[in-house]
Amino acid sequence: MTNVIIKNRFLILRRISQLGILFLFVGANLFAWNVLVGDLSTAHVFDAFYLTDPHAILQMLFAGFIVGTDALIGGLIILLFYALFAGRAFCSWVCPMNMVTDSALWLRKKWRLNEIQFNTPIKRNIRYWVLILGLILSLISGVAAFEFVSPVSMLHRGIIFGMGFGWAAIAVIFLFDLLVLKNGWCGHVCPIGAFYSFTGKFHWIKVQHTVENCTDCLDCIKACPEPQVLRIIGKESGAISNSECTNCGRCIEVCNDHALKFIKKEKIQEEK
Amino acid sequence: MSTTRREFLKNSAAASVATAVGMSLPMGVQAAMNDAESGWRWDKSVCRFCGTGCGIMVATKDDKIVAVKGDPAAPVNRGLNCIKGYFNAKIMYGEDRLQQPLLRVDETGNFNKNGKFKPVSWKRAFDEMEKHIKSSLQEKGPTGIGVFGSGQYTVQEGYAAVKLMKAGFRSNNIDPNARHCMASAVAGFIQTFGIDEPAGCYDDIELTDTVVTWGANMSEMHPILWARVSDRKLSAPDKVKVVNLTTFTNRTSDLADVEIVFKPQTDLALWNYLAREIVYNHPESVDQEFIDKHIIFATGPVDTGYGMRKAGHPKYDAKESVINEKQSSKILSDAEGVTLGYLGHKAGDTLEMKNAASAGKHWKIEFEEFKKALAPYTLEFVAELSKGDANEDIEAYKEKLVALKDLYVDQQRKVVSFWTMGMNQHTRGTWVNEQAYMVHFLLGKQAKPGNGAFSLTGQPSACGTAREVGTFAHRLPSDMVVANPKHRAVSEKIWKLPKDTLNPKVGTHFMKLMRDLEDGNVKFAWVHVNNPWQNTANANHWIKAARQMDNFIVCSDGYPGISAKVSDLILPTAMIYEKWGAYGNAERRTQHWKQQVTPVGGAMSDTWQIVELSKRFKIGELWGAQPIPGLEAGLPDVMAEAEAMGYTKDTTLFELLYANKEAKSYSWPDPIGEGFNNTEVEGDKRTILGEDDKPWEGYGFFIQKYLWEEYRKFGEGKAHDYADFDTYHKVRGLKWPVVDGKETQWRFNAKYDPYARKADTGEFAFYGGAFKNLPQGDLAGVQADKGKYDLKNKAKIFFRPYMDPPEMPDKDYPLWLCTGRVLEHWHSGTMTMRVPELYRAVPEALVYLHPQDAEKQGLQQGDLVWVESRRGKVKAHIDTRGRNRPPVGLIYVPWFDEKVFINKVCLDATCPISKQTDFKKAAVKIYKA
Amino acid sequence: MQKQTKNTSRREAILKVFQGAGILSLGGLVWGAYLNKAKASKLVLRPPAALKEDDFLKACIKCGACVQACPYETLRLAQPQEEIPVGTPFFNPRLVPCHMCVDVPCVPVCPTNALDIQKLIPIGELNTPKNMDVNQMDVGVAVIDEKSCIAYWGIQCDACYRACPLINEAISLEFERNERTGKHAFLKPIINPDTCTGCGKCEHACVTEKAAIFVLPREVAEGKAGNFYIKGWEKNDEDRLKTDKSESTIKGRTNDEDYLNDWEDLIDD
Repeated sequence: MTNVIIKNRFLILRRISQLGILFLFVGANLFAWNVLVGDLSTAHVFDAFYLTDPHAILQMLFAGFIVGTDALIGGLIILLFYALFAGRAFCSWVCPMNMVTDSALWLRKKWRLNEIQFNTPIKRNIRYWVLILGLILSLISGVAAFEFVSPVSMLHRGIIFGMGFGWAAIAVIFLFDLLVLKNGWCGHVCPIGAFYSFTGKFHWIKVQHTVENCTDCLDCIKACPEPQVLRIIGKESGAISNSECTNCGRCIEVCNDHALKFIKKEKIQEEK
Repeated sequence: MSTTRREFLKNSAAASVATAVGMSLPMGVQAAMNDAESGWRWDKSVCRFCGTGCGIMVATKDDKIVAVKGDPAAPVNRGLNCIKGYFNAKIMYGEDRLQQPLLRVDETGNFNKNGKFKPVSWKRAFDEMEKHIKSSLQEKGPTGIGVFGSGQYTVQEGYAAVKLMKAGFRSNNIDPNARHCMASAVAGFIQTFGIDEPAGCYDDIELTDTVVTWGANMSEMHPILWARVSDRKLSAPDKVKVVNLTTFTNRTSDLADVEIVFKPQTDLALWNYLAREIVYNHPESVDQEFIDKHIIFATGPVDTGYGMRKAGHPKYDAKESVINEKQSSKILSDAEGVTLGYLGHKAGDTLEMKNAASAGKHWKIEFEEFKKALAPYTLEFVAELSKGDANEDIEAYKEKLVALKDLYVDQQRKVVSFWTMGMNQHTRGTWVNEQAYMVHFLLGKQAKPGNGAFSLTGQPSACGTAREVGTFAHRLPSDMVVANPKHRAVSEKIWKLPKDTLNPKVGTHFMKLMRDLEDGNVKFAWVHVNNPWQNTANANHWIKAARQMDNFIVCSDGYPGISAKVSDLILPTAMIYEKWGAYGNAERRTQHWKQQVTPVGGAMSDTWQIVELSKRFKIGELWGAQPIPGLEAGLPDVMAEAEAMGYTKDTTLFELLYANKEAKSYSWPDPIGEGFNNTEVEGDKRTILGEDDKPWEGYGFFIQKYLWEEYRKFGEGKAHDYADFDTYHKVRGLKWPVVDGKETQWRFNAKYDPYARKADTGEFAFYGGAFKNLPQGDLAGVQADKGKYDLKNKAKIFFRPYMDPPEMPDKDYPLWLCTGRVLEHWHSGTMTMRVPELYRAVPEALVYLHPQDAEKQGLQQGDLVWVESRRGKVKAHIDTRGRNRPPVGLIYVPWFDEKVFINKVCLDATCPISKQTDFKKAAVKIYKA
Repeated sequence: MQKQTKNTSRREAILKVFQGAGILSLGGLVWGAYLNKAKASKLVLRPPAALKEDDFLKACIKCGACVQACPYETLRLAQPQEEIPVGTPFFNPRLVPCHMCVDVPCVPVCPTNALDIQKLIPIGELNTPKNMDVNQMDVGVAVIDEKSCIAYWGIQCDACYRACPLINEAISLEFERNERTGKHAFLKPIINPDTCTGCGKCEHACVTEKAAIFVLPREVAEGKAGNFYIKGWEKNDEDRLKTDKSESTIKGRTNDEDYLNDWEDLIDD
């Protein structure tokens, strides 16, 4: 039992983080708590300051709206937090869609759908194009284009304020991930991930690989939602520098050889 | 914004939204309405709601009411309705209509006061009622049982109920909710005219030049009449004037040329101001000839208390006792020092309430005495005393009083004064009613087309049933009273009772019935067509009395309300269009209708319930000698005479009162009933298992016609004449007295009223017979040496002084509380709150108050507050910008909402003469909940 | 062989670029078309102090702070099935109207000023939440369908009038004689669009099956007379000219000669 917990320690912590944040939002709506009021687009924290989705802010700027200081500062805080500290951790530690796509992945493995892989033209870098297209459309249409269709927003907003037909969008993504493409949404399409990959080049928290301990079992590659980031596995020691890494910690959990761990940036430099 | 406030608002808003969502259009109605096929039947009927008495047409199809329309032929409303009337088709089809009798039982199925309600058969229901009535009679005699009657009874129901109680059980303990509504008007009529009900009719509206409303928010409470007043105003905007006298700005002020906001209770002073102006400063306006020929002057005692319990009752706490002490004595205020100066009193004196039990007595005085007593009511004094809006300039207010006076005294001008609950629900309600006639009599502006003081009625048959049938504790049909041996004799003759069967001791009135339950004097009570536990002031006491005392309470109702909740047995009861019936409106118009549809579920009419119960009682058990508290000799044994009349001790009340030879002569089928149901007479498709557990197949004779025809004998030749049953089914109502087939528009006026003509006293004859032989005296009292004065065919002008109400705002309870209705809802809301549209329009009762009062408490529009008095408290949201705009220092709370149970807060003080509760005045405080 | 491979890979690369561009432009077209359609829903009622719809859609970050601040659950965030840009706050007064809270809690919490305090500040007062006057709000304007309004039939209703928080200002009663009955006046509700805030309490209270009085966004509900005629009987009406941007040239015939020379048609065959 303890073993299971240790083996899934980051998974458990991530679920606690994802659900805890939603819990606070829902509590705000139902019981007027004031810890986190709003949703993942913007949250009012302790009635004191705002935290804002920088990707949304960027779209609004493209749409031609002069964003107010409250929201701008809130966006900057979040942007700096991920850019300097946590990298793309939003995707694995905060975004509720992660739970949807993870469950699709789990089923996919259980039903062995992985073994039948379709040849799709969808490449992982399409998300950068979606990001750019969203910004262009924001510019043209004068509204935050991705926010108008974002299934991620539909999910967290739906959980907090009521889902309506939003479940259909969620279902599409679930089925896409389950039946069409492994890690389809989070790993290929979602521009939020693209945004944080783009901004998260210099974050502190990274996964460190110690090649000496590695037995080349490749369990980490199998477990990783963005396996392209693990290019150094079994080849050289060092930090996973590709910012598409979501810091989910899955690779660390599955590694039985102490070849992977989280480190802070300073340490990387020390060790080098 | 604080979290607590938000949470609170949020939770309560969510709750109300949930309720709103849960309400849905009754499926039956919706389906029926969608069905656009023809094949429905239209038949005339009458609106279920207020005393206006609008005629409607009802469409039925497949035994369901599918629609209504205003009856274009009805003279009152000519095809129009207000929104309550608009929804008549929907009132019977709420999802929670009571469908079967419910009894509180324990696990073994036996009755248990603390048990849960479980469905039982009608037979079981009657078994329980029989058992508890018999044990109550055994223990307490005829006064041990009581009936809460109604101004919403059909005439026949009320008549059947009176007969059962007064003739059968020899108990006068039947009193209608009309006691809360019209009793002061009744007492005013009887004392002034000697006969009940208005002299004029609604045609006065079209004929008058001046409409003055005194405590009558007609725009919300009598909307169709208000439309007529509005039309009259539009017909000659410059000539016709409308004045609204009120304690708070309401929608009636919209049309008014002058709005006078006065302090609660000071209407007493305002009328006297008008009288003083007339007598002292405008003698030219006095119709001296009229007064000389037709009027005498009178007055009565002032030390009459306020109809409350005396202090020291074990179930009243110290806080309540502060007010109750005034039932025994009070220290006179500065204002009373002036207004009671004519009796030698001055401010600070203690007035002992010696005449609390004889408040109605009065005696003749001379005009000079009358004039002398009016002296203090100068413009200065009355303006100072009565100005209701602290923010209003006193000079501006005085100008309005002068304008009002000018309208009244203008000899070229016709004036109608309308009032409703503002003057009736009043601890000096009888007085203020009499004062209205005082002013109109002085000016000779009474009982003439377009001229008159006109008491509007609240309930659809407060006049027709409660008053004319006499479902009051002291009354018999046709204005007769139990205390009068001649009246009893007349009644005994019509009812074919042995002499002295009827109980001469006045029964317990509505308020007292509650008190008697609390004191354990009444052990069995039956509720008919009203909601006493929601509609009676100081409700906390009565709820405890019902639930904690050893008694048995039966509630007959269409829907579950608070009264059903506190009862022990609930009887599912047919509603208006599920039975034959008749109502009488405020202008003496009697209107009949036929049963349109079969009752819902297992519901049966009140008449049926009353008559079926009578089968369980034999006169041998009831007509022996009976003890009556306060009646030393008790009731005599009348069995010997009964046997001489052909009855036996085993004759049931059913055989004697309802299924006698005469009754059976009204055969069924009858051409009038062709094509219509009559559940009581022939049963119906439901085959209800009745009182004997056998399928109900009907009485076989036309019982409703019998009850009507027997009832109308009481009034025949006594200025209470009605037409026969069949006639009413052909016409759109007739205003009694109906003589030679013709209705009467203006009573007491020889030109229009055959009875006045017959009296042969010139242009007018106030021929009413009550209190027409008076002692004489001066302002201070009777002077026995002067002997008695016979005032046959004359009416009285009373002098009545201003006195404070028993409870006024003070340091601890700084606000006046006034309660009342809203247009959208009827009474306790049992019907209208179940019409989804009306519910949505006004889902909850609000506390209307002045923004300055809100600010003083740090309150904001929409905040939830406690409204608390010495007696209880309720929670409600405030509205500072709503339909009612009270002045600083007064709040208005409607009573329709059982969740805002405002009668827990109200004071149970009554007019000592009429016994009508003052729901318009209590002292409260409000604070954030 | 090598050349061929190079050729193939180059062709592949070009193909891929075109494929990608094709997919992207297709996606962009669909996405853009959806945005246009979503933006086109003009019938939606926004929270108090919302910017003009176009600006509002730019500014609203869909955080739901206004929804959470609303004590009456009036405001909701649009769900995908509703024909309203998803996630944006709105209300349906027939279900729950705006109760016009004096402190307007929904407005100051807006992080992006999509709900703009300024809009509720009376002229000349300082721009702080404390100075907000809820009566300045302009969510829309109520409109009466006189055909289905039962007060216009002569029924004594006026539930809307009594529900109006600005009674006698935003809705007043017009008394009119009813010739049909000869003795009952109509009491007709009349809306004053200048004071109506669009709170929708009237729509909520209306007792007809489908409300006969309802709130529309002002742009939808109101017409506009041109500025080339000024009301002589209204003192400040010429103020309209100050904001006049309309063209004064009337388009019509362009060439007089062509018209004048074309006279033959006047002669009948």
